[in-house]
Amino acid sequence: MNTPSSTMNESSLRSQARAPRTVSYAQSFYWSVRREFWENRLIYIAPLAAAVVFLIAFLINLIALRHRMHGSTWAISVGDVEKPFALPHELSAALIMGIALVVGIFYSLDALYGERRDRSILFWKSMPVSDLTTVLSKFAIPLLIIPVLSYAIAVVTQFVMLLLASTVLVGSGANIAALWTQQSFFRSTLDLFYHMLTVHGLWYAPLYAWLLLVSAAAPRAPFVWAVLPPFVIWGVEKIAFNTTYFLSLLKVRLMGPPDPEMTMSKNADFMSTLIPHHFFDQPGLWAGLAVAAMFLAIAIRLRRYRGPI
Amino acid sequence: MACIEARGLRKSFGSTVALGGINFRVEEGRILGIIGPNGAGKTTALNAILGLTPYQGELRVLGRNPWTERDELTRDVCFIADVAVLPRWIKVSQALDYVAGVHPRFDRAKAESFLARTTIGRDRKVKHLSKGMVAQLHLALVMAIDAKLLVLDEPTLGLDLLYRKQFYDSLLNDYFDRNRTIVVTTHQVDELQNVLTDLMFMDRGRIVLDCSMEEIESRYVEVMVNPAQVAAARALKPIHERETLGRSVMLFDRVDRRQLSALGEMRTPGIADLFFAVVGNHAGATIGAAV
Repeated sequence: MNTPSSTMNESSLRSQARAPRTVSYAQSFYWSVRREFWENRLIYIAPLAAAVVFLIAFLINLIALRHRMHGSTWAISVGDVEKPFALPHELSAALIMGIALVVGIFYSLDALYGERRDRSILFWKSMPVSDLTTVLSKFAIPLLIIPVLSYAIAVVTQFVMLLLASTVLVGSGANIAALWTQQSFFRSTLDLFYHMLTVHGLWYAPLYAWLLLVSAAAPRAPFVWAVLPPFVIWGVEKIAFNTTYFLSLLKVRLMGPPDPEMTMSKNADFMSTLIPHHFFDQPGLWAGLAVAAMFLAIAIRLRRYRGPI
Repeated sequence: MACIEARGLRKSFGSTVALGGINFRVEEGRILGIIGPNGAGKTTALNAILGLTPYQGELRVLGRNPWTERDELTRDVCFIADVAVLPRWIKVSQALDYVAGVHPRFDRAKAESFLARTTIGRDRKVKHLSKGMVAQLHLALVMAIDAKLLVLDEPTLGLDLLYRKQFYDSLLNDYFDRNRTIVVTTHQVDELQNVLTDLMFMDRGRIVLDCSMEEIESRYVEVMVNPAQVAAARALKPIHERETLGRSVMLFDRVDRRQLSALGEMRTPGIADLFFAVVGNHAGATIGAAV
């Protein structure tokens, strides 16, 4: 047992025995997020597992590279090292981000459905945590927690990749210092951070909010309820007006914002990657956030009325 | 101040009337048992009190409207809605951490000391605990919360006799005091006989009986009538009559005890027998099966 913390708790509780302590909004929000971690360990296990698997594959690739180098007589230039290195570098980030997206989607789809299915909603509702706090804490997971967490995992992975590359290639004649001083590495981590917060967080916000809404509303099979309405809207639009506005709207939403990071990373100015003004200029972002707020409001309202299934 | 006050409380699901405009009042410091067959409206009434469902009519819980002021009420009102609602994935230590984190009136030391009396390990997950242990854990969490109103809906369903007895013993000895109010529904009525201070019978969305246990003891008498005096006993208009071991057992409501003592052996009726008599054999059949 955790003696130091429990004795501290006891003494603090005793002193507050008469006047009940207050629980701030931040506190109940913190514990609500914390409990999501207890329940959904995939949030961090999935990107971690992806990172480990990727690192193993990368190591195998490096050792093979070292073997090939032994065969060659000439010294290896920076370009030769960079080529086999740059691809896995970007791939690792893409892999971890992709997994984060999938985890975020499935998390949201189950967040307000699972508690109704296993009847635990009756326990959660017996605690003084409002529906607003509950839904917002569940929304924060795909919006903020998963992107930040997988960003950290991606950066650590890339750092470990650099370390691995350095150790395996040391003494091979390759210019290892060049690996570390390449501006592109540090630039790309910043790009990645920006990408995580904007695209995975804000741009996909209406997607997560929609999934939360469905998971609060669906009597069963939330996946079907999440996918069906878009299909129906697309079909009705196509037949009634012979247009596909809704479909192109969905496409833009799912593919990510039209231009920003593309132009960003090609801009020479380093600081421009830090200040994402193009992204925040897009009306699509704000419209999406407004839609997300609406979906969330409905989800919060629904949770009030919903009991176990 | 009344802890719960309902006037014309009504709720219907489509054409089914779950609560047909009921009136009742629960004073502070009482233990009220709501007894009724399945579908009588007990759970609907509790859900309305807990702010889990909207309703028509007037309802005040600790002076507040439970539907519109639910967030304020959740600090003072605690409930165990069913036996198995603790999330299956949660560890005992996590459940303690969580409730300590979000509930301003939770006394962790108290919950720990309740748990110390059980064999529940802190590292175990709820899904690995037996049904009885889950009920013990839930009760330990709830009893460590200094709430003004505790609502229990079938808290001992599916538990064996030993756990059920322990459950009510802890509730009475370690939790209940004059400032607290407990409302409980159950099918296991006879175990509640010595627990309750007030009794309410419900049937098909209506309150059939609502009185204190003292009132029941003074009002109702069950007499095992001597065979020779059956006709005389029937003349006193018993509200219910049944045969036990070849003898008539009659239940009287507000009949002079001196008259009755001449007819046979007297005793206070059990809740189940009273329920049969008041609600009627038709509805009573369901509860009889569950006892």
